[in-house]
Amino acid sequence: MAWASPRTVVWPGLFVLTWLLATFGRGWLEAAGLGWAMQYPDAWVIPLKDSISAAMKWLVEEASFGLFTFTEFTRGISWLIEQPYNLARALLAEGFVQGHGRRAVQIVPPVSWIAVTAGVVALGHYARDWLLATIVGAAFLYLAVFGQWESAMVTLASVLIAVPIGVAGGLLLGITAYRHRSFERLLKPVLDLMQTIPIFAYLVPILFMFGFGPVSALVATVIYAMPPMVRITTMALHAVDPEIRDFGVMSGCTRRQMTWRVLVPSARASLMVGVNQVIMLSLNMVIIASMIGAGGLGFDVLSALRRLNIGGGFEAGIAIVILAVAIDRLSQAFAARATTFTPPPKGDTWIKRHPRSVIVLAILLASYAVGLFLPAVQTYPDTATLTTGRFWDNGVKYLNINFYDQFEAVKLFFLQGFLLPVKRFFLGIPWPWAIAMVTAIGWTFGGWKLALMNLLMAGFIAATGMWEKAMITVYLCGTSVVIASIIGIPLGILAAVNERAGRIIGVLIDTLQTLPSFVYLIPVVMLFRIGDFTAMLAIVLYALVPAVRYAAHGVRSVSPELIEAGVISGCTRRQLLTRIRLPLALPEILLGLNQTIMLALSMLVITALVGTRDLGQEVYIALTKADTGRGLVAGFAIAFIAIIADRVITASARSARIRYGLESANG
Amino acid sequence: MTNPAKLSCKALWKVYGGSDQAKGHIFGAEIFPPGEEVLQGFGMIGAVKHAFLEIAEGEIFVIMGLSGSGKSTLVRLLAGLIKPSFGEIYLDGKDLLKMSERELIELRRHKMGMVFQHFALLPHLTVLQNVAFPLTIQGQAKAAAQTRALEVIELVGLKGRESYFPRELSGGQQQRVGIARSLAVKPEIWFLDEPFSALDPLIRREMQDEFLRLQGMLKKTIVFITHDFDEAIRLADRIAIMKDGRIIQVATPEELVLNPADDYVQEFTRHVPRDKVLSVGAVMEKGAAGEGSGIPVKAKIAEVAADVIAAGKPLKVIDDTGQPVGAIDAQRVIDVLVRNEA
Ligand SMILES: Nc1ncnc2c1ncn2[C@@H]1O[C@H](COP(=O)(O)OP(=O)(O)OP(=O)(O)O)[C@@H](O)[C@H]1O
Ligand SMILES: [Mg+2]
Repeated sequence: MAWASPRTVVWPGLFVLTWLLATFGRGWLEAAGLGWAMQYPDAWVIPLKDSISAAMKWLVEEASFGLFTFTEFTRGISWLIEQPYNLARALLAEGFVQGHGRRAVQIVPPVSWIAVTAGVVALGHYARDWLLATIVGAAFLYLAVFGQWESAMVTLASVLIAVPIGVAGGLLLGITAYRHRSFERLLKPVLDLMQTIPIFAYLVPILFMFGFGPVSALVATVIYAMPPMVRITTMALHAVDPEIRDFGVMSGCTRRQMTWRVLVPSARASLMVGVNQVIMLSLNMVIIASMIGAGGLGFDVLSALRRLNIGGGFEAGIAIVILAVAIDRLSQAFAARATTFTPPPKGDTWIKRHPRSVIVLAILLASYAVGLFLPAVQTYPDTATLTTGRFWDNGVKYLNINFYDQFEAVKLFFLQGFLLPVKRFFLGIPWPWAIAMVTAIGWTFGGWKLALMNLLMAGFIAATGMWEKAMITVYLCGTSVVIASIIGIPLGILAAVNERAGRIIGVLIDTLQTLPSFVYLIPVVMLFRIGDFTAMLAIVLYALVPAVRYAAHGVRSVSPELIEAGVISGCTRRQLLTRIRLPLALPEILLGLNQTIMLALSMLVITALVGTRDLGQEVYIALTKADTGRGLVAGFAIAFIAIIADRVITASARSARIRYGLESANG
Repeated sequence: MTNPAKLSCKALWKVYGGSDQAKGHIFGAEIFPPGEEVLQGFGMIGAVKHAFLEIAEGEIFVIMGLSGSGKSTLVRLLAGLIKPSFGEIYLDGKDLLKMSERELIELRRHKMGMVFQHFALLPHLTVLQNVAFPLTIQGQAKAAAQTRALEVIELVGLKGRESYFPRELSGGQQQRVGIARSLAVKPEIWFLDEPFSALDPLIRREMQDEFLRLQGMLKKTIVFITHDFDEAIRLADRIAIMKDGRIIQVATPEELVLNPADDYVQEFTRHVPRDKVLSVGAVMEKGAAGEGSGIPVKAKIAEVAADVIAAGKPLKVIDDTGQPVGAIDAQRVIDVLVRNEA
């Protein structure tokens, strides 16, 4: 465009035009008889939801693979998953029972709380040292003492089943992708989609196929937790030293030996990172999946939230945090251990070589025997549990009574000064205009391919009748992302330029990251009740991490030579920051923004619990009604918003990198 | 060479880049062998170009050249790790390129051994397990594999460190493990790709001695890569010099020094201690008469210099059968020694 630089004239102009349209457009368009441009007419909606639902129905009721029907197939899978799950659940939480319902009799009790705690202490000591042993031991003691034991064990049982399946499945898929380029190409978009479609969207079809209950929850958990393992596996195998691969070939390995005896063991440090990811994602998902019958701590939080039982919600939430931190530290220690290769234990008998196992086994048997006479040893006695519920109740009550006006004022300020105008703006844009703008943005940053993709995806959202909800989604995410960036990016910069602040912020970020998304909801609901502002706060909290992390990384990785060049030419500290560090860190900060948007979108459905009216709510409703088509269509709409944002930002980050000469234009 | 060729290749090519169609065209009949401009015109890099080699049984064959000259590519071709773009490779008279995957695996399991520049030890296995690895891959019983592994570990002087992990060893020790591992299967042909260049000079010398000691006992056919000419002449029976993917000259160290094929080769040989390379036969006056009990014609100048100079008169030179073939005097020896200094 020779007549004007797009950056300086065209975009501001278009923005003003859009704003005018959004504010006054309704009147004009209706006067001109173009009302359909404001509200996508119902008659034009493609009934995609119904088709999907019908297809699903057919699948479940009629589809057959010849030898067996689809339903038999899903039942088979259910059965396969149920067996180990029931075993784990019986071992940890419920004991082995005979009979059903009220007449059930416990034959063997579950592993006693003492033995489980001893077990994790031993694991902690084995994986690292006494410090870790103490930390995880204390965490489990907390669960017992504060009355969260049984729910926590149900959650743990789900994680224990989901993780091996996720790891093994991810490993196998990753290896296949490594071996066959074509499979990798096939898998990549599927993985992209799996990570951008909000989990809830696929909860619905899973629910439809596997029914309400722990199996559905486990299947969803595995699907959710597996993609990073697949990616990490493929990457780790590609990263194995080529010499080692050559060595494998030269010693005459068959393909199988090559994979399992050379490549996988050599890559195991990286693979352990993947395992850690699977564990954390599983934990997050198991909590969410409590909505479809996984039970456990997530269920406690959920029902407390529904009853607005502040104390109960807090307690279960804290228990989740503690469990998450304990599991995370343990698995990280295991990952580190896998890379240091401690020599195998010495000793002539099995007992001498495995002192920890022997002690734990002894405690297990002893606690079982003693537990027969002294129930407190078997199950932590209710009378001895402490509860902090009252404390939280009172605390929140105190805050609400004494600071009600302040909280309301803050909420009102944000709502009226920021949220509502933005919401009105987005809802006011006529949809054809919005689609045109999204396409134009795609054109500018990524050429005709991106333009076409944006056009199709935005078109899909309109054509399936999701436009209004999508706009609310965009508004809610947009405002949250803006606020998360306003808070997060300066924090990141601070962390990068000041070492002490960096350490503190680092710990904060690490902790925030281990928390399942659910947890963020609790405190904000308690203080601000339900509504858009609450949803926004929860999203901001959840999505803050990448904003901070990428900003810090970007600023840190500016080449020291450039900084020195700046110092030599007499820059002040401020000038160093604004003239050198920030501009060069911009591409990295943009990537952080990208991640922030992804997390914000994935938090959306959870905030639907607090009464937002966006796509998340649509998915949530579909979930409660088991309406597959509705859930999937809304899920795709969210995924498309995510993909549009992702591609546009990636493209603009790339053009920023090219502008600063960090990447070549054709690279 | 009087021995039959153990390993040989004919018109061997490896090019990277360029379309398959272009490769088909180039290695079709009309313009073969293609010149530099042709390769460039098709956007190709020739890593190995038109290589002919015959490596005899029991020989230490050294391939040398500057970084990027195609040494690794050539040895990887010979070992069957990568497929050539064109050409033939024969091991014991059998065409390597016509073998099935299964046959290749068998071949590697029993006939080939390889030592790598960066050792390529498996980080999760102990020294013993690393050395036994190629044996267990073949499905040998654990006890038998361990016995054999212990044998070779002792051979390379690492006895007592069997249960160490690679990262607990020094570079030299790690390479000893690499050597032991490659010897565990009793290979007939032994590939070593710059095995000592990741080690510091003192250790490198020690490892070279070790290598010669082992070869003295084992008599393998060896393909050894190095970019260090001193190392090459210390170890080699014959040396192939590579430049930009082409083999420029194949000769004994002595011939290289005496008759370098071009300036490039001469540049390599310039700083060579000539007295250690040149033999009496190359320096003596042929047919002349001399005194003394006779100096072997194959002896290196460095070995006899002191005797010849001390004698003060021409000494008799004899061949393997004891027949006199010429004479050598102090002046000729000094000439060699003086050229050294230059
Ligand atoms: N996989 C590959 N793809 C493209 N080019 C390659 C590949 N492998 C090698 N080459 C090219 O072939 C040429 C020869 O490489 P090679 O590794 O054989 O050199 P070398 O003599 O072993 O060098 P060095 O002493 O550094 O190990 C180089 O120009 C290299 O860039
Ligand atoms: Mg090389």
